[in-house]
Amino acid sequence: MARPEPVDVVKARRDKALETLVSGIPYIRFLGVTFDRRGDELTAVLPFSENHIGNAALPAIHGGVTASFLEISAIIQLNWSLIWDQMERGEGPVQPRLPKTIDFTIDYLRSGLPRDAYARARIIRSGRRYASVHVEGWQDNRDRLFAQATAHFLLPSQDG
Amino acid sequence: MADLSDATRNDIIAKTIGSMPFAQALSMRMGTVGNGEAEMIMPYHPDAVGDPETGVLHGGAVSALLDSCAGAAVLCHPDVSTATATLNLRIDYMRPARPEQDIRARATCYHVTRSIAFVRATATEGGGDRVVATASGAFTLQQTAIG
Repeated sequence: MARPEPVDVVKARRDKALETLVSGIPYIRFLGVTFDRRGDELTAVLPFSENHIGNAALPAIHGGVTASFLEISAIIQLNWSLIWDQMERGEGPVQPRLPKTIDFTIDYLRSGLPRDAYARARIIRSGRRYASVHVEGWQDNRDRLFAQATAHFLLPSQDG
Repeated sequence: MADLSDATRNDIIAKTIGSMPFAQALSMRMGTVGNGEAEMIMPYHPDAVGDPETGVLHGGAVSALLDSCAGAAVLCHPDVSTATATLNLRIDYMRPARPEQDIRARATCYHVTRSIAFVRATATEGGGDRVVATASGAFTLQQTAIG
């Protein structure tokens, strides 16, 4: 049996593949969203910025920022799962065509505080053409979600 | 706000929504506001692109416009006199927003109860009738919003 790859080679390959997925998208850069990776688990991070404020009196993060953040988290999670096998075979970094959002439904559970936010997306089902993804967003406490969303995506065709 | 004229009230709502820092970050501007209906425009913005290959705007930016516009429609409804916050919002993406085209959102607050306002909104492209997204949502009506 072949020796397992050195851990730093594996980490570098995965980090580079993730960077390739994220870095080219202007809106992700505009919002300042980054991704923490632990194995295949991704956590999206939205550092607080004054530009993200909606209601200045509270103050609270604009609902559109929260929605954008959760949608970004869902799309990257989906793409990450789509490239995983190819990446692990060493055929990377791969930049697949992006899934198209069909619909996006968000629940606002608490007001978005002026501090960093986090999100994790879970793929509920991913078939050949469609995927259904659920996303949870929180700030200070993992168990106190400030928003959650469900989205459906049209997947890029496998042959191109 | 009962003592304000409709015109003054609508003007205050337009200024409040239009001056939100994130609305300004995406250069959104209010159009007409009144009687539970609002219009809001977002110019094409390279920073809001979600797919660099096609130059198509990220759905999140369109969603932010629809949310803001829907909030304005709630605030200018004749039966509403409190603050509002989005409780939920569903966006359906009909087709991609083409590069270099402004997006125009129109929202109607079509029903109000003591605690909830219901809104429908549509986003069209480039000043025409080409619909890129529709939205429907519920908004809270209470002084301190949620939380």
